[in-house]
This record gives sequence, C-alpha cells and structure tokens, in this order.
Amino acid sequence: MSAYVAKRLLSVIPVLFGLSIIVFLVMSMIPGDPATAILGAYATPENVERINRDLGLDKPLVQQYFIWIGNVLQGDFGRSFALNRPVLDEVTERFQATLILAGVSLVLCSVVGLVAGVISAVRQFGWADKVITFVVLAGISMPSFWLGLILILLFAVKWRLLPASGMYAIYGGGDFKDLLLHLVLPALTLAVVAAGVIARLTRAAMLEVLRQDFIRTARAKGLSERRVIYRHAFRAALVSVIPIIGIQAGFVLGGAVYIETVFQWPGIGAMLVNAISTRDILLVQGGVLVVAASYVLFNLAADLLQTMLDPRIGS
Amino acid sequence: MTDSVVAASNPARGPSRVSSWSLLFNNRLAAIGLLLLGALVLVALLAPVLPLPDPNATALAQRLQPLLSEGQLLGTDELGRDILSRLIWGSRVSMTVGFAATLVAAAIGSAIGLLSGYAGGRMDNVMMRGIDMLMAFPYILLALAIVAALGPGLMNALYAIAVVNIPFFARNVRGVTLALSRAEFVDAARLSGKGHLSVLCTELLPNVLPVIVITMSTTAGWMILETAGLSFLGLGAQPPQADLGSMLGAGRAQLFTAPHVSVVPGVMIFLIVISLNVLGDGIRDILDPRLRSGALLRPGPRTAVHPDRTSPKNGNTDAVLNVEALETGFIRNGRYTAAVQEISLHLNPGECLGLIGESGSGKSVTALSIMGLVNSPPGLIRNGAIYLDGEDVLAMPEIRLISCRGSRVAYIFQDPLTTLHPMHPIGRQVEEAIAAHQRLDRQTLRKHSIMLLERVGIPDAGERAKHFPHQLSGGQRQRVGIAMALANDPDVIIADEPTTALDVTVQAQILDLLRDLQKERGMALLFITHDFGVVAEVCDRVAVMKDGVVVETGETQALLSNPQHNYTKRLIACVPEIGQGQDFLNRVSKLFRPEQSV
Repeated sequence: MSAYVAKRLLSVIPVLFGLSIIVFLVMSMIPGDPATAILGAYATPENVERINRDLGLDKPLVQQYFIWIGNVLQGDFGRSFALNRPVLDEVTERFQATLILAGVSLVLCSVVGLVAGVISAVRQFGWADKVITFVVLAGISMPSFWLGLILILLFAVKWRLLPASGMYAIYGGGDFKDLLLHLVLPALTLAVVAAGVIARLTRAAMLEVLRQDFIRTARAKGLSERRVIYRHAFRAALVSVIPIIGIQAGFVLGGAVYIETVFQWPGIGAMLVNAISTRDILLVQGGVLVVAASYVLFNLAADLLQTMLDPRIGS
Repeated sequence: MTDSVVAASNPARGPSRVSSWSLLFNNRLAAIGLLLLGALVLVALLAPVLPLPDPNATALAQRLQPLLSEGQLLGTDELGRDILSRLIWGSRVSMTVGFAATLVAAAIGSAIGLLSGYAGGRMDNVMMRGIDMLMAFPYILLALAIVAALGPGLMNALYAIAVVNIPFFARNVRGVTLALSRAEFVDAARLSGKGHLSVLCTELLPNVLPVIVITMSTTAGWMILETAGLSFLGLGAQPPQADLGSMLGAGRAQLFTAPHVSVVPGVMIFLIVISLNVLGDGIRDILDPRLRSGALLRPGPRTAVHPDRTSPKNGNTDAVLNVEALETGFIRNGRYTAAVQEISLHLNPGECLGLIGESGSGKSVTALSIMGLVNSPPGLIRNGAIYLDGEDVLAMPEIRLISCRGSRVAYIFQDPLTTLHPMHPIGRQVEEAIAAHQRLDRQTLRKHSIMLLERVGIPDAGERAKHFPHQLSGGQRQRVGIAMALANDPDVIIADEPTTALDVTVQAQILDLLRDLQKERGMALLFITHDFGVVAEVCDRVAVMKDGVVVETGETQALLSNPQHNYTKRLIACVPEIGQGQDFLNRVSKLFRPEQSV
C-alpha cells in the first residue's frame, strides 16, 4: 500500500508539468505583439524591447518555456504591470482568501451533499426523495452568480441579517466572528452546485451498494436497518463518492471566479477577472497556474483518502 | 426468474419494442422539459417576427420601469430599453452560442475519442494523456485562461467553452469505441475490404451515437451556464450585443434600486438550463440500458408480503421450520410474475433437508423468502405461510423478524467474496453478528469471535481476524461465513450453495465442517445445491425443484434408489462415476431426448 501511495505522489509531477505547458501555450496564443498587449498601444519602443527581452520573447517557444518554468520554480512569476508588484506576492495573498472560501464551501457541499444523497436513496420515491431531487435539480440548473445576487437581495438588503460583500467589515471588523459572518453567503452560494452533484452521485452510489450481496449478508445477520444503511452501505458508497468530491474541488475553485466577483471577496478569482480586463497577462498566468496546481493537490488528497478507506486499493 | 416460467404465465406476450420517443413522452418530467425547451426555442426563433420593440432602442425618460408597467411587461433597464424584448433576443444569442459550443465540443471530442479508441496503442495513450491534462484544470478556469489569451468576445467565449468540454466527449466515446473496435462485426468489416475511415464512419460511429447524445444532453446545460457566466464577467458578449449573461451583469449595478433588471435574465437562464437538464436526464434514462431495467431500486429491509395472501394453517407442528404453499414472484414494469409457486417444505429439529435443482429453478428465491431477504422491490411474497416454531414469519412485525434473523435462522451464502463486506476486517464482521443479538463487552466479543473462527478451522485466528476478505482464500472466506452463521447458535441454518464457488478439495472440507457442526450443535440444516453427490453425502431428506415448483420429495436413500419424477432421474443420472467413460454419455443422452422430456 505504501508503494501505491508513493506511486500516486510521484504521478503528480508529470501532471503539474503538463499543466504548466498548457498554461504557457494558452498564454502564447495571445494574438499580435505580446509586449503591446501588455503595455497597451501607447508603449514606447524602449519599453517594448525591454519586455521582449525580460520575457525572452525573442527566443524560440521551447526555450521560452524553459526560461519561464525555470523562473517559476524559483518563485519568480514575473511582475504585474497593472499592480506594479511581484505576481507571486499578489497571488499568495489572494489565494489565501480563496482557500478560506473554497475550503469552507467544499466542506459544506460534501456534508450537505452526502446527507441529502443518503436520505434520498433510503427514502427512494418518498416525499423527502422528491423534495431533494427537485432542489438538487434546481440547484445545478441555476447560475451561481444569479443565486448570489438573490441571496444578497434577501439576506443583506431586505432582512439585513448578513453582510453582502468583502471579507471583513470596513469599520470595527477583522475578528474571526466577522469573517464567519462574511463567509456565510458566498460559501453557501458556491456550495450549491457542488452539493447538488454530490447528492446525485451519493444517491446513485447508495442505491447501487444497497443491492450488493454483502448488504443481504448484513440483513441476514439480524442487523437493524439503521446499521445496515450507515455502517455497511454508506461505508461502501463513500469510497466511490470521495473521488467525486475531489472533482468538485475543481468546480468550487473555478466557481469562485463568479462568487468572488459577486460578493467582492478579495480572492484569486476576482483578481483573475480584473487581470483579464486589464490584460495583465503575467498575473493571469501565475493565478491560473496556482489554482490549477492546488486542484491537482485536492484530487491527490481525495485519492489518498480513498486509499485509506478502501483496503482493497493498492494491495 | 426462469424463462420457462415467464413464458408459461405470459403466453400471449410478443416481442414488442417500445420506441425511444414514446418512452421519453412517458417520462413525465422529461416530457415537460422537452415542451418547455421547445417553447423557449420557438420564441427565440420567432423573435424577428414577434411584435417586439427594438431591443436596443434607448429611452432615458423611461429608464428602470418596474415589472408589469404599461406597454413594458417586464419593465425597462438602465437605458430605458424594453426588458422583454432584450430577454427574447438575448436568449436567442445565449442558446445559439451554447448549442454551437455543444456541437463543436461533440464533433471534436467524439472525433478524438473515436480515433483514440480505434487506433489504440501509443496514439491512444498520447491522446488520452492530453485529455487528462485538460481535465486536470478546474472547469471554468481553463475557459477563463483561453478567453484571457484570445481576448473578450462572444466567439472567443464559444471556443473556450467548447474546448473545456471536449474531454467529456473524448473520454466517453473512447471508452465505448475501445470495446467496440474489438467486436467481431468490426473485424468482419475490415476483412471485407473497408478502409479505416469507412469502418469508423459506417460501423463505429452509429454505435457510439447514443453515448454522444447522452453526453450532449448532460453537457449542453453546463455550456449555456458557462456562456452566461463568461458574459456576466464581461468576457463574453460585448455591448451593444447582449446575451442573458451580459444583461444580468449589466443589471447588477442597479441591484438595489431595480433588482428585476438582473433577476429576470437569471430566471430565463434557469428555465433554459433546467429544461435541458430534465430532458437530458430523461434521454440518459432511456438510452442507458442499465437504468432502463430498473436496476436502481432501493431494496427494503424485508421482502414485501401481499396483504391478500392465502395463509394456510400450520400442517406440521413438530417441524422447527414449515413452509406452506409459498409463492414468491417479482414485479417488473408493473406486472407480476411468479418465480416459485406452491412450495411446501418442512424441516424437523436437527434434520438436514436438501433442496436441489438447476440454476434458475427457484431454490434461492425459496431460501431467501424464508427470512424475507428477497430484494423488494421487485420481490413480492404473493401467497403462503412460513412457520418458525409455529409462528408465521410473514405476519411478524419488522423488528421481530429482524431479531429472528441470525439468532434463530442463519444463512450461509454462495460466493463469500461478494457476501462479506469488503471494507470491514473479518473479525469485526463476526463480532457484529454476535453483537446483533447478545449484549457483550468488546473484549468478550473479540474472544467469542476468535473462538468461532478457530472452530471453523481458520488457523492463527487472532491474527487473521484483522484481515480483510480480499486477503483470504475462497475456502477461508466461506469459513468466515459459516462462523457468522454459527455466532448465535441458531435452530436453523440455510446454506445457499455454500460450496459452489469453491474448488473440489475445499468443497469437501467445507462439507465435512458443516456436517460436524450440525451434529455437534443439533441444528436443522436446509442445504441448497445442484449437486446430487453432495446431497447423498449430507442430507437426510431431499426436495427436488424445477421451474419454480417442488416436483418430488423424499428420504435421500429412497429417492436416490427409486426416483419417481423424470427430472429427478435425469439429475441423478448426471452424477458421473469413475471409470464409466463413454457409457456415461450414452446413458445420459437418452434421458435428454425431446420425446423423453416431461
């Protein structure tokens, strides 16, 4: 089993390598002269030349990539032109805010999704199943940014229960409670779609497991239905749902782009949207690379968790 | 169950094939989705001929009119433009882009999947690694990066969304193609001289089409959402062009003063996507044969018993278990079919009764019916009574029935690999069987379970108890199954083909063990098998089953030496003896000639 874990850990390296190639290639698709794209139409020729030299743009593509990745590995992601500060500093700062939001959302959607899915499967065709199925369907069909706006209208504007934007209150905020209050709406909004997907797949996994032979054995032993469902069926279903939760990490990290924009959360998603409209290419490149790499690590964590839960894997 | 039973009870049933369209319309939800989507598409298509004001005509005097204003059903936006008109024109743009992205993703993704699956080998490997890389990105992020590179704009958003969805098509199509390209009909086409392209287009493509349709129907909704999302962020449709997403994004500025400007386009997106999703689910249910067969029904804790069942009196009060005129069947697609009928069996204390018959004859259904373990739905006990020490099991409340399982009647199942929980250590599974009926502390439980494992012949039981089922051999797994059955000293053990999945030497050991245990503990044993040799070895009496009914019962010796029923004769004749060779075949083949059959 430890050999399997080691193998899985090592497998991350080529994936990260591949990610960096894709990010690099996508960014090199930028039409026209990158220096002008970065500096705008009114750039002086000296500046254009400096940028081309700095970025190694006068060299062949393959060489450019290795220069770039060499710098990245040393923590040099370049400098953001719009913000006039190192990309790494900005990305690290923003990424913390995104991790808080995405992490809380991921926990929320996993718990809600698993519970809803199990109830839905156990009460198949009952009213609880029907309600959950409908809510899930609605949840995965609505634009999350729209749901965010509606929640703001209701909870912040109409009932004045929760703050509508930012991570901390401007005056007198800054403590943990303040952060939690600011987290409620964005984390909830971000969790809706992922919770729906997890609930659907949990339901299907439970129904699949409940027909297995070992469930019949559990019943034949005289175990209570509760124990059959939670100790036997859920335990087995969980193993197949965990990779799905890993994939949802991707939807949550990506969806953060919308939610951070709607709730003005100072995370990396909102940063990316701004950077794209200001054509701050190096910032986009660094941000995308960091988020994508963290998604790979989320998936790795999900895989390792699955290995721990299922003794059959890797033996 | 058996084909013959189905055929016998439904003699008039012809091979009727229901068309996919009528299935879709029978699925109420999917039909609603189809109608809603159809209506939305129709309105969008008719936008140029509908009596709508110009969607881009500004009228600042009329700005931010509320819903249901005169002449402006959905009000106006911040520039005084009519929202209804913009909504319809906008949904035209959103749907066009969304569906176009779906088609592009489907075409490119399916082509990659077909090629990759058909070519196999290194090409497949390289292509799939590339696809994996695309999937290693968070879904929306890659689209964002592409738009960042190409620049904001509706066409660029379309490309970005299509690219992001290519992997779903490539993967699904590749999986099916890989399986199909090894099929005989593909070989035949190649041998007949067809070129690769021709094989791909005429042989493989039609067969992977359902997969493409399923993937399209599940991803189209996402693509509409993503299009709207990019436009919402200002990276898709650029003014003056407007789609639903950019309307929503622009309306955000007036969120507090005129919420309807942004809420209304959101409702429209929601309606489009939910109708697509509902329709997609319906299409998937119809095209995916596994879902169509109703495989995903949750079996309840006990088999359903028909409220109007016949309930015969207990005709044998000495028996520890007495089954009277049992009829169990299955409900599929609303129609009930009996699997076993008029089953009457009894089991005296300490006795071993063999239940023998070919696979599909209803042995297992009979055995599982006794403690209500037939999966239900679709199972149903239609008639009869089952007396356990004089008490009708079928009339027991659920809690009482569950408390009898394992403590008074225990089961040993056929395939111990699938019947043990794969993720619990075997020691804990035995402990659990004990704890279900006895209140003991952890240490005593552990001691008992190890004693049981030792009794059934597992060496080094203390250490073995920590192992998982997949780490044991088949014979050892079956010993664990027997240990669990013995855990509470039941009066009756029902062994459902306990040796069928094992090889011959292990079979003999397990049989010896069962016989010893039965003698030692004085349990009654219902032994299910298709092997007369085994019956002769362990059983006092035998019941022979065929096509869901018991055709003959009797003392083992008497029945073996003088079988009455034709089917029994054939079964007995099929037990080979050493040194018979050709004689055996001659003897047996006579019995299976058509004129000889029942």
